[in-house]
Order: sequence, then C-alpha cells, then structure tokens
Amino acid sequence: MNLLNILDEIEKVDAEVYERLNPRRRAMKQFFNFGSKVALAAVPMALGSMFKTAYGQSTATVEQVLQYALTLEYLEAEFYTKAVAAPGLIPAGAPLGAITTIRDHENQHVTFLRNTITSLSKTPVAKPTFDFSAGNGSGTGPFASVFTNYDTFLAVAQVFEDTGVRAYKGQAPNLLRQGAVLTAALNIHSVEARHASHIRQMRKARGANVKPWITGKDNGIGLAAVQPSYDGEDLETQAGVKITGINGQAISVNAATESFDEPLTMAQVLSIVDPFIV
Amino acid sequence: MGVQKPKLMNMRNSTKSEDQALIKEQDFFSSKLERRSFLRFAGAGAAGMALVAAGCKKDKMEAGFYLGSGDIGILNYAYALEQLEAAFYTQVAASFYTGATQAEKDLLIDIRDHEIAHREFFKNALGSNAIGGLEVNFSSINFADRTSVLGTAKAFEDLGVSAYNGAGFLIKDAGYLTVAGKIVSVEARHAALIRDLISNGSFANSEVVDANGLDKSRMPSEVLGIASAFVKTKLNANDLPTT
Repeated sequence: MNLLNILDEIEKVDAEVYERLNPRRRAMKQFFNFGSKVALAAVPMALGSMFKTAYGQSTATVEQVLQYALTLEYLEAEFYTKAVAAPGLIPAGAPLGAITTIRDHENQHVTFLRNTITSLSKTPVAKPTFDFSAGNGSGTGPFASVFTNYDTFLAVAQVFEDTGVRAYKGQAPNLLRQGAVLTAALNIHSVEARHASHIRQMRKARGANVKPWITGKDNGIGLAAVQPSYDGEDLETQAGVKITGINGQAISVNAATESFDEPLTMAQVLSIVDPFIV
Repeated sequence: MGVQKPKLMNMRNSTKSEDQALIKEQDFFSSKLERRSFLRFAGAGAAGMALVAAGCKKDKMEAGFYLGSGDIGILNYAYALEQLEAAFYTQVAASFYTGATQAEKDLLIDIRDHEIAHREFFKNALGSNAIGGLEVNFSSINFADRTSVLGTAKAFEDLGVSAYNGAGFLIKDAGYLTVAGKIVSVEARHAALIRDLISNGSFANSEVVDANGLDKSRMPSEVLGIASAFVKTKLNANDLPTT
C-alpha cells in the first residue's frame, strides 16, 4: 500500500510513466524527499501537479480545443435559430418542438463554452459569418434551399450533428486528464449524439433510408459533398480487435460499424465546415 | 499542516538513494502502526486519506469480481455495464413484448448487436484482466410488456451514457479514452431512440440535459449502486480510480 503501487499500476498501461514524470530521472528522488520538507497533506497536491506536468495538456491546447468547439457550436446555434425562424420551414407540432429543443441546446453550448473560455482568462473567438447553402458566402451552394426546403434542412442538420459528434470525439485525447473540461466536453458530445439520433429518425419519417446510428460510411443523403463527414465510419476493427463476427457472435459488418462512432481530426472538420463559413 | 510523524520524517531524512527511498517507503506503509497513530497520520487531511485508500491493494480479496485499478479497472467497469445491457437486449430480442412493431424489433435487434459487440470488444481488449460473466437479475422486468421493457432500456441507456461521461476523466491512456468516446455516442444514439419510442421528442429532455445543454455524468460508485439492482454478482470496485 504505497505510492509506488499506484505508479506500478500506471506502468502496466504506460511503460514510460517514470520518464513522463521527469525525463531527468531526478523526479522520484525529489518527490520522495518532498515528504521531509512539506506536511503529508500536501503530498496529494504535489502528486497531482506532478501528474499534471507529466500528462496534462498545455493550456494553449485546451484553449484551442474550446475555441474550435465554440466555432462549431456557433455554426449549429445560428443554423437552428434561423431554421426555427424561417416561416413554414418546419412543420408545427413534434418537428418544430424537437428542432426548438436542439436550437436551445446549441445556444446553451455557445454560452457555456464562451463562459468556460472567459474563466480561463482567454477571449472567446468571434462568431464567423455563415453561409448555410455551403457556398462560401455566395448563398448559392449545394444547400441553397436549406431554409425553404424541409428535407434539405434535415439533411444539413444530420450532417452537422454527425460531424459534431465526430469533432468532439476527435478532441478527447487533447483533453486527457483535464478533469472538468474533459467531462464537460463529453457531456456536450453525448447531447450532440442524441440530436443526431433524433434528426435521423425525423429523416426516416420523411422516407430517408437511415437509422439513428451510422451504418458503414453511408451518408444516407446521396450527395458526394457530404461524404467527408462519413468517411472512416466503416471501421470493423477497434484497438486491434476485429468486431465483425467477434468471438463467434453473429455480429454483421453493419452492426460492427454501427457499434462505434469514429473521430475526425480538427483539420478534417474544418475542411468539412469551410464551405459554410464566409 | 503540522501533524507530527517522527517515524516518517526519520525515514525520509535517512534516504540516500532512489532505490533506498522506495524500499523505505514500502517499509513504512507495510509496518504496523498503532491504530491511533495511523488515524492521526491519515487525519492529516481528507486528501491524504483518499491517497492512502487509493493505494490500498491488500483489501481487494472480497467476494465477487474484482474490477482492478487504473485503466484496467475502468475497462472492467465498462465491460460489466456492457454485459448488463447485452444480457437485457438479448432477452428482449428472444421474445419481444406484446405489440412490438417490425420497426421496433429491427431497432432493438440492432441495439442488441451493438451491445454484444461492445461486450465482446471489452472482453478481448482486457484479455486475462477481464472479469468473468456477470449473473444478472431481471426479475423486476416484465419482458412481455412494452412499458416495462422500454422503461428499463431507457434507464440502462441513460445510465450508460452518464457512466462513460463520468469515467472519461479517470482514464489515463488516450487510446482507451478514444474508444470510450466511440462507444458513448452510440449509447447516446440508443438512449435518444428509446426515449423517442416511449415519447417522441423526449430524446434529450430536461431529465437528462441540464440548463447548460450538458448531458449527465456519474461516478462509477453511483453507477454501480444503480446497476446493482440488476446484477447478482458482487462487484468489487474498491480500487477504481476516483480522480
């Protein structure tokens, strides 16, 4: 029962733990000498800062992730705000109710992220000017009817939600061991997934061939322009474990790919949303 | 804090090298302290107590399955939850509730397969570290009744989402964190669908999403407390990380 037990446990999953803790190898001695200089109560704190130094991402990285997330939330928030305000776009009743719920969440995410960034003594990025036709400001992109055609609107909503899920997922490693910030990001991430599930059900009710989950890398829309949001979703192997037919279970290729959502890098996501930003 | 620990201080002052320090450290922790002085020692602060508890590995030989510590412990925790979900949907799909539509059956079969995929993934990823198969207790569920089945499904899916959300910050390996992220969004898709089957539009209502637009996250101890109503096998989560 001692600190080394903890470190030994870590070493089982991270062989480099001692190097991480201090590349100069003096850290352990420093650390265990620490007890002679400070009261024991301070040791957990010292341990915490030691791990933070070893594993913690830089403040710059955390800030970058938050600003990136804020940019994506600005996109979604304005998108749904405009859609709800567009006369006759969304049928009254359950559809309008659901989109209003989603709109509210996206606006709450904007506020939450802005507050979080401010609390880190950083300045939230400004909201970009958006072109939801995906025309880079021309207003005549492939989704020019996004606020006049309900099916076009739902298709873009599906792409935004599925992409949002992948975007947050891709940033999780950059928030490794970041405590509350990571938890908040995860708590947003799963809300986006709930949205995606519902939007897909709304599209299914309109005749689209989609399920609440992503099958293979099928975009379910039929437009090549949205395919980058779905590429890479067809993985059958996770962390070296083949999922299809795993351990003799009747897990189809479709089920294997549906069971795991895949991350996207920041560069991939920024490329996907670029046509929507003026 | 000015708690006197002469033995500790003497030991530390005599440290001459890393190795020696390590050995002495073990000596100190394994040596028999009088209970009173141990309490005084631990009383140096709640944080100190937590640290001591986190380092305790000698008390793990309780009945039931020992989940382990560190990332292995978290993976076994996820494995236990996926076992529970997979067992539930397997029983659901083996004999659907009265009045299940084909669309509902198709969706529930998909979910069953996803949960089996998750379960088997963790089993293989954990290898020799994996806990055994859980014995479940579904006596409170009426599998013939739609309300009972979907109500339980909703509880399991929302619980699963909150469990992964709450465990993320405990994971130390970026690869494991990513895998957990890959799974939790699928659980959230399930949760939303099940909720919509019960009441269309409840996919992300205020039961699960707060005023900041955030989903719930729960610590393992809370999740296991809730899940224990459905699990006969005792799970020893004493060494799961808490920070």
